[in-house]
Amino acid sequence: MLHIVACIKQVPDTKVAKINPKTNTIDRASAPAILNPYDAHAVEEAVRLKKRYGGVVSVLTMGPPPAVKAIRKCIELGADEGYMISDRAFAGADTLATSYALAKALEQIAKQRPIDLIICGKMTIDGDTGQVGPGIARRLDIPPLTGVNKVVEINKEKGYAIVHRKLEDGYEVVKSTLPCLFTVEKEINDISFAPLPNMIKAARYYPTIWTANDLENVDRKQLGLKGSPTIVSKIWTPPKPKGGEMLEGTTEEKVEQLLSIVLEKKELFQS
Amino acid sequence: MNLADYQGIWVYIEVKDGKVAPVSLELLGAGRKLADKRGTELGGVLIGSGIKELAPTLFAYGADVVYVYDDPIFAHYRTEPYMRALLHCCQKYKPEVLLYGATPTGKDLASAIATDLPTGLTADTTILDIEEDTGLLLASRPAFGGNIMATILCKKYRPQMATVRPKVMKALPPDPTRTGRIVEERIELREEEMRTKVLEVVRQTVKKARIDEADIVVAGGKGMGSKEGFQLIHELADVLGAAVGASRDVVEAGWIDHHHQVGQTGVTVTPKIYFAIGISGAIQHIVGMQNSELIIAINKDPNAPIFQSCHYGIVGDALEIVPLLIKRFKEEIPKLKASADAKEEIRHA
Ligand SMILES: Cc1cc2nc3c(=O)[nH]c(=O)nc-3n(C[C@H](O)[C@H](O)[C@H](O)COP(=O)(O)OP(=O)(O)OC[C@H]3O[C@@H](n4cnc5c(N)ncnc54)[C@H](O)[C@@H]3O)c2cc1C
Ligand SMILES: Cc1cc2nc3c(=O)[nH]c(=O)nc-3n(C[C@H](O)[C@H](O)[C@H](O)COP(=O)(O)OP(=O)(O)OC[C@H]3O[C@@H](n4cnc5c(N)ncnc54)[C@H](O)[C@@H]3O)c2cc1C
Repeated sequence: MLHIVACIKQVPDTKVAKINPKTNTIDRASAPAILNPYDAHAVEEAVRLKKRYGGVVSVLTMGPPPAVKAIRKCIELGADEGYMISDRAFAGADTLATSYALAKALEQIAKQRPIDLIICGKMTIDGDTGQVGPGIARRLDIPPLTGVNKVVEINKEKGYAIVHRKLEDGYEVVKSTLPCLFTVEKEINDISFAPLPNMIKAARYYPTIWTANDLENVDRKQLGLKGSPTIVSKIWTPPKPKGGEMLEGTTEEKVEQLLSIVLEKKELFQS
Repeated sequence: MNLADYQGIWVYIEVKDGKVAPVSLELLGAGRKLADKRGTELGGVLIGSGIKELAPTLFAYGADVVYVYDDPIFAHYRTEPYMRALLHCCQKYKPEVLLYGATPTGKDLASAIATDLPTGLTADTTILDIEEDTGLLLASRPAFGGNIMATILCKKYRPQMATVRPKVMKALPPDPTRTGRIVEERIELREEEMRTKVLEVVRQTVKKARIDEADIVVAGGKGMGSKEGFQLIHELADVLGAAVGASRDVVEAGWIDHHHQVGQTGVTVTPKIYFAIGISGAIQHIVGMQNSELIIAINKDPNAPIFQSCHYGIVGDALEIVPLLIKRFKEEIPKLKASADAKEEIRHA
């Protein structure tokens, strides 16, 4: 029986989000809140491993109350339990303070049911640093395995996992002791369709919610804005490029103009 | 923490296949500017197995001092041993700034170090500056999928750390006469205690020219209509001796594999010529190709944002224009080659 915890975040859909030109922040009203797409793959992988080896999949998020919706989405995908930490004390956290709070929550979850494996997404689509996963692993002092694109084997009895880690030009096969933490690539799996019973369960699901006070041995100075070494000092929209020269004429004329522009760089074609 | 105890600008030097990764040389270039502005030393931290002889390269590219951890335990990158070495170096020599390439390895290592030190870490920086008098690092990065830029500061902790996107900063022209100091360090690490082992490394060489090294990239988007339509992109690339690039939507549609994706979550390319065909020009795509020398866009929508980011644009149907281009290039390129060969013969005669 494996206990796998996937860490998930609710994010504004940056594909459709508009930027408020006055504040240069994301206009939340314009952007539906969705489960971070990369985290859907983390949950999917956890559920697949559960099917392969047996076990329980929990999901954990830190976020404001509406983030319950993202947990419900994970229940649809096949997660069994949902945990959420939500408190003003967590607000304004950078990646260091985020990994601290999540690690404290994971310790608390582990007291109820020991954790064998933690799975995070590659990154989020809003902060998109990719720093939280390895941060959690360091805080719990377990090996971080980033860029996992295939799980070869999990062997709980013998206490190891074997995975493929993506490299820029291939992959490496790595063996790690358990428990450990994976951050997974999107290509690791395709999201399956949610079966109806999951959808029904999800619709009525309420996760366990903890505030900062509910977490044991928490150093409040390490939470939220106070616990964050980085400060976002200025936000601006990148300047718009000025635009190129449009080639005019009939299709044939445009093609000929383009040909001469390209072939002007003759050194590229003469070797 | 006494901030004044921390001095020097450092770059973590990534080694790949026995060579210094290009991004590390770029960071030495950027780091040199910061170090000069601040009136301090530029250091490189070199961790690996049999890598000491790379130090002169680092001096040539701007480093004043190189810290070396050379041990067989570092044969493959693994978070645990590398982190221990770099932590040791940071704690002993206390740099004011430490930069890493925003590569899979650089990000993995930097995230671990930031947590253990602890200190702040700015991700995927594309603009770097430093305040001359305070040493405050101004690291700016795209966020919210490239829709905004944010400047991130780390006022109360040292070292100030940032991962920096490859191909954004410029390496200095190497000066082989430059020299510097080598500081050899050792830490006690035992293989039996390491919790991860690399069992095998598998290289999957992409058939064509590697897209991030190619002189010409022909990239296609959803506008090619179908996997069959996208075949035209391959054909045009073949004729030009170019590598094939793609937008994310094309990769997600399964027309081509992820190695070819250009942009924020793909590769960054800076070829001499970049063709964007049937690509709308989403900011996440633009950040991956905007520094190309010559950008040519073909799109049927005159208002497509890609036309804002190109040098030359053609409004029209790619499925009609690309076959014409293929035909005409097939006729013209051999002529160019022939004239080059002729000149070559004259020279030899
Ligand atoms: C404009 C802007 C720029 C920023 N730049 C930086 C920066 O450079 N450095 C920095 O330290 N902080 C930065 N932050 C703060 C950062 O966005 C937050 O710390 C955020 O809480 C977590 O970082 P992320 O979204 O980058 O997560 P990532 O590190 O990209 O997330 C990786 C994985 O960690 C897990 N995870 C992340 N957040 C949660 C959560 N809340 N609950 C559960 N699981 C989670 C998920 O599995 C996710 O896939 C920035 C914030 C803004 C608004
Ligand atoms: C966090 C995040 C990361 C992302 N990372 C990346 C990334 O790394 N790389 C990337 O590319 N995208 C990335 N995206 C996706 C990006 O936002 C766009 O959705 C994507 O680039 C669009 O791909 P496209 O231009 O091929 O498709 P579309 O936007 O659908 O554009 C198709 C274009 O083709 C034109 N067209 C249609 N038919 C024809 C024809 N017959 N002839 C000529 N033109 C035609 C249309 O006018 C249109 O402009 C990311 C998004 C997010 C949120």
